[in-house]
Order: sequence, then C-alpha cells, then structure tokens
Amino acid sequence: MPHPLHTALVVLLPLAGFVLLGLFGKRFGSKAGLVGVLVLALTTIFASMTAGGYFFSNGTVSGVFRPLKDLSFTWLAFSPNIKIEIGTLLDPISAMMIVVVSFVSLMVHLFSLGYMKGEERLHAYYAYLSLFTFSMLGLVLSSNIFQIYMFWELVGVSSYLLIGFYFQKPSAVAAAKKAFIVTRFADLGFLIGILVLSYYAETLDFGTLIQRLTDTQSSYSVGITAGSFMGISALTWGLVLVFAGGAGKSAMFPLHIWLPDAMEGPTPVSALIHAATMVVAGVFLVARLFPLYAFNEVALKVVTMTGLISAMFAAVIACTQTDIKRVLAYSTMSQIGYMMFALGLGAKGEYGLGYTASLFHLFTHAFFKSLLFLGAGAIIHLVHSNDMKDMGGLRKFMPITHISFLVACLAIAGIPPFAGFFSKEEILSTAYHDSFIFYLLLLLTSGLTAFYMFRLYFSIFWRREAHLHGHHGEGTMTMKLPLIVLMLCAVLAGFVPFGHFVSYNGQPLEMHVDLLFSIAPVLIALAGIGLAGWLYKSENDRPHSLATAMGGFYQAAYRKFYIDELYLFVTKKILFNLVGRPAAWIDRHIVNGAMNGLASVTGSISSAIKGLQSGKLQQYILYFFAGIALLTLLLIYRFASMPV
Amino acid sequence: MNAVPLTHIILLSTALFFTGMYGLLTRRNMITMLMSVELILNSVNINFVAFNKYLYPKQLEGVFFTVFIIAIAAAEAAVAIAIIINLYRTHQSIDVEDASELKY
Repeated sequence: MPHPLHTALVVLLPLAGFVLLGLFGKRFGSKAGLVGVLVLALTTIFASMTAGGYFFSNGTVSGVFRPLKDLSFTWLAFSPNIKIEIGTLLDPISAMMIVVVSFVSLMVHLFSLGYMKGEERLHAYYAYLSLFTFSMLGLVLSSNIFQIYMFWELVGVSSYLLIGFYFQKPSAVAAAKKAFIVTRFADLGFLIGILVLSYYAETLDFGTLIQRLTDTQSSYSVGITAGSFMGISALTWGLVLVFAGGAGKSAMFPLHIWLPDAMEGPTPVSALIHAATMVVAGVFLVARLFPLYAFNEVALKVVTMTGLISAMFAAVIACTQTDIKRVLAYSTMSQIGYMMFALGLGAKGEYGLGYTASLFHLFTHAFFKSLLFLGAGAIIHLVHSNDMKDMGGLRKFMPITHISFLVACLAIAGIPPFAGFFSKEEILSTAYHDSFIFYLLLLLTSGLTAFYMFRLYFSIFWRREAHLHGHHGEGTMTMKLPLIVLMLCAVLAGFVPFGHFVSYNGQPLEMHVDLLFSIAPVLIALAGIGLAGWLYKSENDRPHSLATAMGGFYQAAYRKFYIDELYLFVTKKILFNLVGRPAAWIDRHIVNGAMNGLASVTGSISSAIKGLQSGKLQQYILYFFAGIALLTLLLIYRFASMPV
Repeated sequence: MNAVPLTHIILLSTALFFTGMYGLLTRRNMITMLMSVELILNSVNINFVAFNKYLYPKQLEGVFFTVFIIAIAAAEAAVAIAIIINLYRTHQSIDVEDASELKY
C-alpha cells in the first residue's frame, strides 16, 4: 500500500533535482548528468509504485476506479467560495501519465548522457530537463483547474528554455520565442475558459466542477447553460476556450506552427517534449474534463474536427519534408490529431470506446515516437546533419538504431503485432462506428503515415551505399540502452489490457481486435510501405518525377500550405500596421507628450522662481521678517475679530 | 509709582528693535550683524521686563525669561563668532556678501 507522500515525491523529486542542478550544477561538472539520471530513476520508481498501488490495490471500489485525492491543502483563500488548493489527484489517466512521463523522461536523461557529452552547459541542460519533468508531472497530478494552469505555464517556460538551449543560434532563439508566443496565445483562451467554467461552478476543483456542471438539476448547470454570448451557451464557450489552450500545446491545426520549428532544440528534448509528454497535454486536458465535454455536443464536435483536420493536414505535409526531425514533428501532430479525434467521439458508441482508444494511442505513441526521436538523435549524432539528403545506407553503421527505428516505424504504421496496431485499431473502429466518411479519411491518413515513415526509414538506412570515414560509431552504451528498452516497449505496449485500467466510467472495458476489421488498415499500411520502398529503397528518379507530376500540390505541401506565411501576413501586415503603429503613435505623441509637457512646465516654473534662493543671507532675513510681518497683520486684522 | 507709562517703554523697545533690524539688513560686516541681533534680543528683553512689571507685578516669569534670553544670547554669540572665524579662514573676509556660494 503506497503512502500518499509517495505521490507528492513523484512531483517533488524532479523539483529537488532542478534546484540542486540549477544552484550547484557547476560543481558537479560532467557528473551533472549522472545526478539528473539518478534523481529521475528515483522519480520513476516512485511513480511506478504510486501507479501500481493505484491500479492494483487502493484505486478500486468494487471493481470501479475512483479518483483519489491524497493530498490537498488550501493555498490561497480569497473568499469562502473561491479558494485555491494545491493537491494531487490520482485517477486512471493521471496514474498512467505519471508512469509514461517519468519513464520516457528517464530514457531521455539516459540518452542525453551520450548525446550531450562534452557540452559546456550540461548542468543547465539537466536542470531544465528536471524542471520540465517536474512541471509535467505536476500538470498530470493537479487536483484543480487553477493548479493545472500553473503547471501548464511552467511546462511552457521549460519548453522555451529547452528549445532555445543553443541560444547562440538565432534560429533556435526564434523557434523558442515562436513556441512560447503561440502557446501563450492559446493559453489566453484556456485562462478565459477557466474563468468562465469556475465562475459558473463556483469552484476550481475538478471533481466538484464536473459534478456541479453535469448535474442538470443543479443551479450551477442551469446558470451555465442559460448564460450565453453571441448565441452560444457559456458552457460551450468555456469548453471550446479550454480546448483552444489544449490545441495550442498539442500543436493542433491552426496553432501547430510552433512545433516544426521547435525541432531546433537538442534532439533528446524533442523526444521528451515534442513526442511523448508536453504535446499530449492537450489530450490529457480534454480527457481530464471529459465528463463535461461529453455533456456538450458542440465542444465535442470541435474537438473531433480539429483532430481530424490536423491528422490529415500534418500527414500530407510530412510526406514532403526532408528534415528528418520535421517529418517526425508533423507525424507527431498527425498522431495527436488521431487522439483528439477519438476523444471527440469518446462519448458515443459502446461504453466510450473512443475515450479509451485515444488514451491508449497516447500511451503507445509515447513509446514509439520517443524511440523514433531518440533514433533520429543517434543518426544526427553520427551524420551531423538533419537532412535526409545527407543520409543513406546507414544500416551497416548503426545496427541497433536500425532495428529499433524499423520497429518504431512498423509500430506507427500500425503493423501487427507492434504497439501502434492495437491502439490505431481502436481509433479506426471508433471512427467506423460513427461515420463511414471519417473512417475512410482516417484510413487514408494511416496509409499516408505508413508511407512517410517508411520514406524516412528507407532514405536513412537504404537508398545508397554509405561511405563514412572516421566516424565515432553508433554512440555510447547510454545511448543504445534507451533505444533497446523503448524498442521492447514499442513491441509489448500493445498487449497491455488498457481498457481494464483506463475507461470513461472507471469500469473495465473489454477491448477486442476484430481480425476481419483489421484487414483494411493493415493492407493500406502495407501499400504505403510498398510505395515508399518502390520510391526510396534504391536511388532513382521516381520520387522526383512524382513530385513534378503532382505540381502545385506538392509545392504547397512542401511549403507547409503557407500557414506560416499567413500568420506572418496577419501579424506583420495587419496587426502591426493597424494596431501596433497607431498604438506606438499614441505612445510617442500623446503619452510621451503629456509627460514631457508636465516636466517642461515644472522646469520653467522652477527656473523662474529659483532667483529667490540667491545665497545672500540678508535677503533671506528680509523674506523671513516680511513673512512674520504678514502673519502678524493677518493675525491682527483677520483672526483677532473671531471669537475664541 | 507713576513716573513712566508702559507706552514709553514699548516705544523704546520698538525703536531698539528696528535699529537692530536696520543694522542686520544693511551692514555687511558679520560682527556688526551679530551686534544688531543682540540689539533685537535686548528689545525683547525690555518688553518682557516691562510687561512683567506693569501687568503682573506679583509674579516673576517675565524676568526669568529675560535671564534665559541673556544666557542663550551668550551661547549664540559664541557659536556665531566661531562661524565667523571659520568663514574668515576660508574666504579671507567677514563680509556677508562674499559668502554667497549656497545658492541655486
């Protein structure tokens, strides 16, 4: 039986690691990495103990999982109604998330030992990693919506620090700023959403909030559905705005523009933040408030459509990119689109299959996507380039990376028996039960997924004979070990009976793989792989002629459908000219003018009267006596007549 | 005792006061200015003694004040002369017009 304090330790240990490395990091020198790994190993152990204890001993009441609020204390009490608590909330999704986050983080810490070797600011790197892990664990364990917002922003800050880690590079600085500003912009929606929801529910606590707003008899629920703005109910507004925050962090269309640029950070960072943890925070947030979303048709529709559009949009772009990390970034966006889509359909169908499917995909995706990123890290470490043009035939030089990368590609393509197959099956089956069009679109996307992943695979490891001279091998043991461990996870994670642990209503959900149903997705994935193999396995001019045949569409996809240009147009041309410039004019002429005018009036008055202070003693005496004489006259002629 | 009425004495002290004022405002020599201050103080002393004598003959407060003022005037003279000596050391002069650096 785990002690409640273990849950707190899961969050506090990485914080301690951050403080230790942040303050005394320089003293550890090259040992800073070991300290980081050690702290994270402890965290992972505590997280596993907590989650294990929750799932197998103290989480269930007669077979149904219930939320467990172990720790809670009031932090700020504004009024009897509004008080902000800090606490931990354990339920199936947060228990699942702490294991995933701490485990992937541990792998990344370990991998970084080799990858970042010789880095001068190693201690800062590990301090930032610890800060990020702390914020992410705090986020998933938050017991109320305000606390989650605080950790949400902390995650944003640490992501900013890590993306901009190579701050000597202007592109890294720009990418960090872009990531921070775009997600911050989305968080504005989140904040307004929080205010709307908590204003009507008069509480910030997740459990109470959901209970009050979903009970149609209660005055809270009546209030929020009656209150409306622009013809849309306050509940819908609140939920859509909260989702906007989630969409920003999860890089959903059209707030995805920061994710590809964020690849400027060190590659292990991308594996941690932009594959497994931070970008799924949006999915987690919607899942956390899911009973509320399930209550509102419109909000669910928004979630579903955003997910679907992002999944397809990103998959198309991923087929054209040549930077391997950008391909992976778009693939992440596409996979998160899958999760959002399934989550949006989670309230329908048999016992909320979509909900479980979405979180199952989150779970398996975390392993194979971080494996892909770490593999890409190992490749970049060897080749010193991000571009697939510089690669090819690497399978002989890095056998372990090759095998693990292949496994991860098979997993993401949805080939049985690898992890991605099982979770994608559930999502496709959710889509199939909802609408045939959605199903076809997702099927197409999953074919595209297989195609672009194997385009990546063949371009890196086959295509041509490589002649590397004086290379330093595949990497240290600390780089190979995480690849092997994650490869095992990518093979085995699909066999976890996920529905038993995580489901919409806490009751075990039996998930079954229907073999007949699997035929179409697997066939289309194989077709994608076959096409990729035909185009990219050996050097030929087929890809080029295909791209030429596609013409404008290929160009548009290669240029990411001009979304970045659109943003630049809106900000630079419209916002800067219509808002920025007038505001600057007002500041320069009216605000500054008023202040300068005040200063010059004061100045001229004082220079006019400064002659009084002449330094001549006798003048002062004269003023003094004149003053006294004046006072005396006043006393005699003005006040003497008054009755005392 | 009906020799001198109070008004005369007040006239005397007023004359003394304004003599002192005149000296204080017109003389440039600081020693002379100090002497003028003494004149002003003494005019006040006369007032005190006179009012005490004519209005409250049974009491002595006015006289006490006079004694105090004389004592304080002595102390003030000591301080003032010290200042004047220092001024002379720095400016080679005790003309008040020469010491006008403390201005805007």
